[in-house]
Amino acid sequence: MSAPAPAAARPVAAAAPARARWLRRYGVWLAAAVVVAALPHVARTPAAVPVMNQMGIAVVFALSYNMLLGQGGMLSFGHAVYFGLGGFIAAHALNLAGRGAVYLPAPLLPLVGGLGGLAFAVLFGSVSTRRAGTVFAMISLGIGEMMAASSLIVDRFFGGEEGITANRAKAPLLLGLPVTTDQQVYYLIAFWALLATVLMYAFSRTPLGRMANAVRDNPERAEFVGYSAQWVRFLSFCAAGFFAGVAGGLFAVNYEILTGANMGAAASGAVLLMTYIGGIGYFAGPILGAIVFTFLQSMLSDYTSLWLLYVGVIFLAAVLFAPMGLAGVLAMHGPVWRARRAGRLVGPYLAAALAALVAIAGVVGLLEMVHFVVVAPAGAASMRLLGLPLAVRAAWPWLGFIALAVTGAVALRRAGPRAAAAFAEASRPGGPR
Amino acid sequence: MTPAVELIDVHKAFGRTPIIRGVTLAVEAGTRQALIGPNGAGKSTLFNLITGKYPVSSGRIRLKGEDVTGRRPYEINRRGLSRSFQVTNIFPWLSVYENVRCGVLWSLGYRYSFWHRVDAARDAHERTETVLEQLHLAARRHVPAGVLSYAEQRALEIGITIAGGADVILLDEPTSGMSRSETEQVVQLIRQVTAGKTLLMVEHDMSVVFDLADRIAVLVYGQVIAHDTPERIRASTAVQEAYLGAPARVG
Amino acid sequence: MLSLVFFSLLNGLVFGLLLFMLSSGLTLIFGMMGVLNFAHAGFYMLGAYLGYTMSITVGFWPALVVAPLAVGALGAVVERFGLRRVHRFGHVAELIFTFGVAVLIEEVVQLVWGRPAKSYVVPAALDFPLFQVFQGSFPAYKAFMLGISVAIFAFLVAVFTRTRAGLVIQASLTHPGMVAMLGHNVPRVFMVVFGVGSALAALAGVIAGPVLGTFPGMAQVLGSIVFVVVVIGGLGSLAGAFVASLLIGVIQTFAVAINVSLGSTLASLGIQVDATGPFQDLWRVTVAQVAPILPYLLLVLILIVRPTGLFGTRET
Repeated sequence: MSAPAPAAARPVAAAAPARARWLRRYGVWLAAAVVVAALPHVARTPAAVPVMNQMGIAVVFALSYNMLLGQGGMLSFGHAVYFGLGGFIAAHALNLAGRGAVYLPAPLLPLVGGLGGLAFAVLFGSVSTRRAGTVFAMISLGIGEMMAASSLIVDRFFGGEEGITANRAKAPLLLGLPVTTDQQVYYLIAFWALLATVLMYAFSRTPLGRMANAVRDNPERAEFVGYSAQWVRFLSFCAAGFFAGVAGGLFAVNYEILTGANMGAAASGAVLLMTYIGGIGYFAGPILGAIVFTFLQSMLSDYTSLWLLYVGVIFLAAVLFAPMGLAGVLAMHGPVWRARRAGRLVGPYLAAALAALVAIAGVVGLLEMVHFVVVAPAGAASMRLLGLPLAVRAAWPWLGFIALAVTGAVALRRAGPRAAAAFAEASRPGGPR
Repeated sequence: MTPAVELIDVHKAFGRTPIIRGVTLAVEAGTRQALIGPNGAGKSTLFNLITGKYPVSSGRIRLKGEDVTGRRPYEINRRGLSRSFQVTNIFPWLSVYENVRCGVLWSLGYRYSFWHRVDAARDAHERTETVLEQLHLAARRHVPAGVLSYAEQRALEIGITIAGGADVILLDEPTSGMSRSETEQVVQLIRQVTAGKTLLMVEHDMSVVFDLADRIAVLVYGQVIAHDTPERIRASTAVQEAYLGAPARVG
Repeated sequence: MLSLVFFSLLNGLVFGLLLFMLSSGLTLIFGMMGVLNFAHAGFYMLGAYLGYTMSITVGFWPALVVAPLAVGALGAVVERFGLRRVHRFGHVAELIFTFGVAVLIEEVVQLVWGRPAKSYVVPAALDFPLFQVFQGSFPAYKAFMLGISVAIFAFLVAVFTRTRAGLVIQASLTHPGMVAMLGHNVPRVFMVVFGVGSALAALAGVIAGPVLGTFPGMAQVLGSIVFVVVVIGGLGSLAGAFVASLLIGVIQTFAVAINVSLGSTLASLGIQVDATGPFQDLWRVTVAQVAPILPYLLLVLILIVRPTGLFGTRET
């Protein structure tokens, strides 16, 4: 046994691996913070910042939803209730702050929203979480519909058809920081989104978070290791309600208006769509899904009124062919990337993507033309698709798109399996033959 | 000496069908006991009654002297009783390591805490590693439990059961479906992890029963017809008749 | 007053039996496959729109036959190529899949028929008052709806209890595995039941379209109520669905007609309430305004008290 190293040398030797560990554990978060802070300066178009604000809100909302679905195994059709109620409470608080009735700077509003969401989650969760599975889903649907219908009745709180408006410029400042322009709101949303993400991730690494996964996998077994499945679900539900309320508060600051629709079935359906598309089995899945969904919603809706139809098709495709979501598909390629065999996939994947693109172009063209024919006034004869003029009364655009769709489909029938085979080949543990 | 588990005139009927027809049984603390009987006798039902999965129709159940009749499974577990299942009942999408760790969390006092970082909990980590070593599953710690082989899953099942340090262990057919060598390994494991504790197990493999058990209880048609040492059970004509039927009359 | 009660009861009966036509298909599908089919109301909507289109081209009466057949075939296709694939991913995935189909149906309907509501009118042959009583009249078309609903109900009962196919279906409702072991093609039974359920929903749409309105939101509106009915009645129980349908139908119809509010009731008792305070909405709101919430309130209450519903024996 050699003599122990001198005291002075030991801390340095120990510090290097400790630094590496620290970097590995927190590096991702730091990188995210840097990227998020730099984004408004990178994306310079004026439309970018409002869309990014929307994305930030959606990310928090979707992550909160996945605390229920992916982490807890609870499928809720009424999660927007806590988002909306948090938003309404935040809007009312903002109005009170603007009148001077209470000291509440705008940056603290998401916290108020979160507490509001938490309060209602405690109230409704106490009855919802007694059962899991289909009964839970149906109760959540019932509560969602009830609240949406109530929004037209309780005018004082919900503002009836016009909703509740607020003005973030009237609230007191925190540390002299104004929250008026879109970019300033962006930094507020970015701060809260990062904070909420960190907190929700940390939650998943606590005993309660781990047992939520256990209860999802096997509630009976969880009971037999000493945990009440109902309590675990209830506490998860409350936490999810809190963060949904935070998202609602951010919404109130950003859009300065809340209506009953923010609590309704469409909003609850949207968060389910985006979370599932992103991938419920991975923490970062909902983040991906929220970004992609918001992008489609804001970008596509400028070009076509059929964007929800396309999203619906994407969603169904995900459920049928990629239930692990975008995050899952990316994770699937992790081993291939690490083994440096990703290069072999480029060719087959490009071919399949091209075939798919052609088929999609054909189908989209047909759908857009059908839509135009149905909606346009009787005399209209030509429309523009992505700038291209199309004479909808003539035969050639129809035949052309049909040809595109068929060609793409036929090509995909061959290119698709080839891409799948290439992936299987590249993923073989022993290496490609 | 207070018995570890005591059943007092327990009856259980599902609808109008009586399954347990009056069982009075005392399992002495610190002993290893086996519950045997023909198929359909009600052994798993008895386990489910003791562990709180089903409520009794009548009668009382005591755990270490305390009346636990009608208590929920997690309440019974927190008082020091843990069970395994005949059909493997693990957390399929969690890793092997996580499966065992879930078994230790409550016993270490973490409860519903969302302010502790579970990865930094040294006591949970050490306890989990100890159990994994005992199960010979340390090398498979990151594998999702649903992917393990059948024998590995059965071992994990036992691991989750004993991880929390319960002193009354109920094992439901721990060696079912195993080969001879696998059975021997599991018997070794059971002997190791139940040292100093009370064990009650349902088993069909008689070699395991006679190898491990200090006393055997025989359940037939929902009633205990014998509760004695292995030698006396082996010699008992009542038990033989229950398994093999009454001797045929000739002539 | 008597007129109100009589007609509310009658209309409630009509609405209730319509709900039963929808909920019976949903109950069958749930009972057999364990899937709560979100798209069910979408098939109802498709039936109504197809009925509308046919009624302005070839006539109402062909629509009664063609629309259910077409939508039933569509339902069978959805089951065969969609639901069956997703089945192995679990119940949650199945629910999510049917949700996606519901979204898709709603968007496709808007694509093909446009967003504004359609004026789907009662066929001329049935557009007359059947009888007059207590200063009100009861339209013949509603009697027609009643007749069709009762006929469907009788047909279902007959098929289930008298035919071999019905026996197989009843058995598959509780023991699909055993039925498969006995040699029956259970996947085909599932497909047929899904198709028949969808056809029933479409038939309900064809006849209800003129009365309840034909617009893109109709699936959401009625769909939620049908879920409430099925869950209250008890998942998997046809008798429960029948009772719950009538219950909800009558309650809804009565509630909508009652224009009394808590405040006005108290006032008639001599108690004045503060009409401008923070609780003004509580006093001001009438039963009729609260009517849309009543089914959901009932749903939540029953699920708390009796998670298996009124007649059901299973929760999932």
